[in-house]
Amino acid sequence: MSFLRRHLVMIVALLVLAYLFVPIGYTIAFSFNDAGRSNLTWQGFTTKNWSNPCGAPEVCTALGNSLKIGLLATVGATVLGTMVAFALARHRFRGRAATNLLVFLPMATPEVVLGAALLALFLNLRLNPGFWTIVIAHVMFCVSFVVVTVKARLAGLDPRLEQAAMDLYADEWQTFRRVTLPLAAPGILAAALLAFALSFDDFIITNFNSGNVTTFPKFVYVSAARGIPPQANVIGTAMFVAALLVVLAGQALGARRRAAR
Amino acid sequence: MSLTAVAAGTRVAGPPEGSPDESGRRGRRSTPYLLLLPGLAWLVLFFAVPVVALGSTSLQTRVPGAEVGVYQQTFRWANYSDALREYAPQFGRSFLYAGLATVLCLVIGYPLAYAIALRAGRWRNLMLVAVVAPFFTSFILRTIAWRQVLADNGPVTSTLHGLHLLPATQSLTASPTAVVAGLTYNFLPFMVLPLYASLERLDPRLVEASGDLYATAPVTFRRVTLPLSMPGVVAGTLLTFIPAAGDYVNAALLGNPSTAMIGNVVDSRFFRIVDYPTAAALSFVLMAAILLLVSIYIRRAGTEELV
Repeated sequence: MSFLRRHLVMIVALLVLAYLFVPIGYTIAFSFNDAGRSNLTWQGFTTKNWSNPCGAPEVCTALGNSLKIGLLATVGATVLGTMVAFALARHRFRGRAATNLLVFLPMATPEVVLGAALLALFLNLRLNPGFWTIVIAHVMFCVSFVVVTVKARLAGLDPRLEQAAMDLYADEWQTFRRVTLPLAAPGILAAALLAFALSFDDFIITNFNSGNVTTFPKFVYVSAARGIPPQANVIGTAMFVAALLVVLAGQALGARRRAAR
Repeated sequence: MSLTAVAAGTRVAGPPEGSPDESGRRGRRSTPYLLLLPGLAWLVLFFAVPVVALGSTSLQTRVPGAEVGVYQQTFRWANYSDALREYAPQFGRSFLYAGLATVLCLVIGYPLAYAIALRAGRWRNLMLVAVVAPFFTSFILRTIAWRQVLADNGPVTSTLHGLHLLPATQSLTASPTAVVAGLTYNFLPFMVLPLYASLERLDPRLVEASGDLYATAPVTFRRVTLPLSMPGVVAGTLLTFIPAAGDYVNAALLGNPSTAMIGNVVDSRFFRIVDYPTAAALSFVLMAAILLLVSIYIRRAGTEELV
């Protein structure tokens, strides 16, 4: 009884974590399901879905689109957002409050509104939505998250390091290249990973601005009505494992650095 | 949308911002503007201008005699009252479901964040990864997985039917409960991460001091821990409520027609009925309502530094 009382918080926490993992476990398990087109009930164990991940029509086209859009949006949003973050964290200028507001508002606006607003613009311009309108939309909603992430990293840097570089006769550009940028790099990398994750998983904004182009989340949503093919679970599981490896590698690297210091 | 909370978490956890340029660096006057220009131009062109376009679309009417989907600007403000009259229930439902999901996220997310920040020890990082892990599988796939788990022939429903805990004719999916459960599930990490960030910064000596002064554990929690974690509570509730109120995926996949939220209406008005003005008016009202709620909430909670 006293054990239960002492560890009550931890027990509740582990139960909540278990709840978080129910659909993940389901997704992974059903990637091994020996199912035909619709992956609704358990038919038996097989690895054939894994050896043939593109077996279902369109699934790999959709995945390819998502990866291409994700990379383009990540590069665009990381470059634009990092520049804004540097301006906000390292420079004094007029219009700072307005800048902060413009960066904050897209994050405080529900995705349906962002998606509908962009579509309204494209419709008014008589522009047909497609691949590039998705990229435009993704860069737009990722920029704010990049700004916030990189700014937090820059705010945590010791300004004396840059002062020291200047005292040692480095000019502004050299200080930036040799001191500020390397120190900010982990923040920029984190922001880029975040942007890719946001872009890759986005459904609502994409759905409004994609026309006939299918991305992976859109493919899954559209096929939900007749049951999604097991290959979608294979891709979902593979992405899960890949992302987990990236995070764990990052953690291990961080731990080694701390140990080396 | 997903990793919002991570960004917010770093923001909350980050050290206080020094005033800019206190390093005494004298850059050229134009440098900040050149740095800002591309990013802000993008946001103006593809966020601010679209919102204006949305406002403009919301006042248009159909061109008489033209084919479906052709509209002209007539500044018909009655579009708003028509839309609101017709879709008031969906608006109410959006805020009700999102509010319920936010409260549930807070109730189950707080113990989790507390355990990670103060009890996990060397397991802390692993538990944090576990909280973020759902983001690594697709949002849509996870929601569909829930639908399958709760389906009539799925494990949960058949067990409940077998134990006679659920009437044999009743199912778990296609119900308001399933929609709220789905929203709670999908946005839980957005609640946990900012809560964790503020609890992690909490000085354990303050909790000890409270105990030394004969406060019982519940009193310590209510008077010390909870007030100190308020920035996390505010950030977490906002990050959960805003996306939940605009979501339509959970209602579409886990609900039935009578659980439709405002996002479902905007989606179907845009794509199935091609009624752009009504969809635009509803989006505009949703945005205004949420911004209003957010600004009142932030002011009352007294953490304006959040923005």
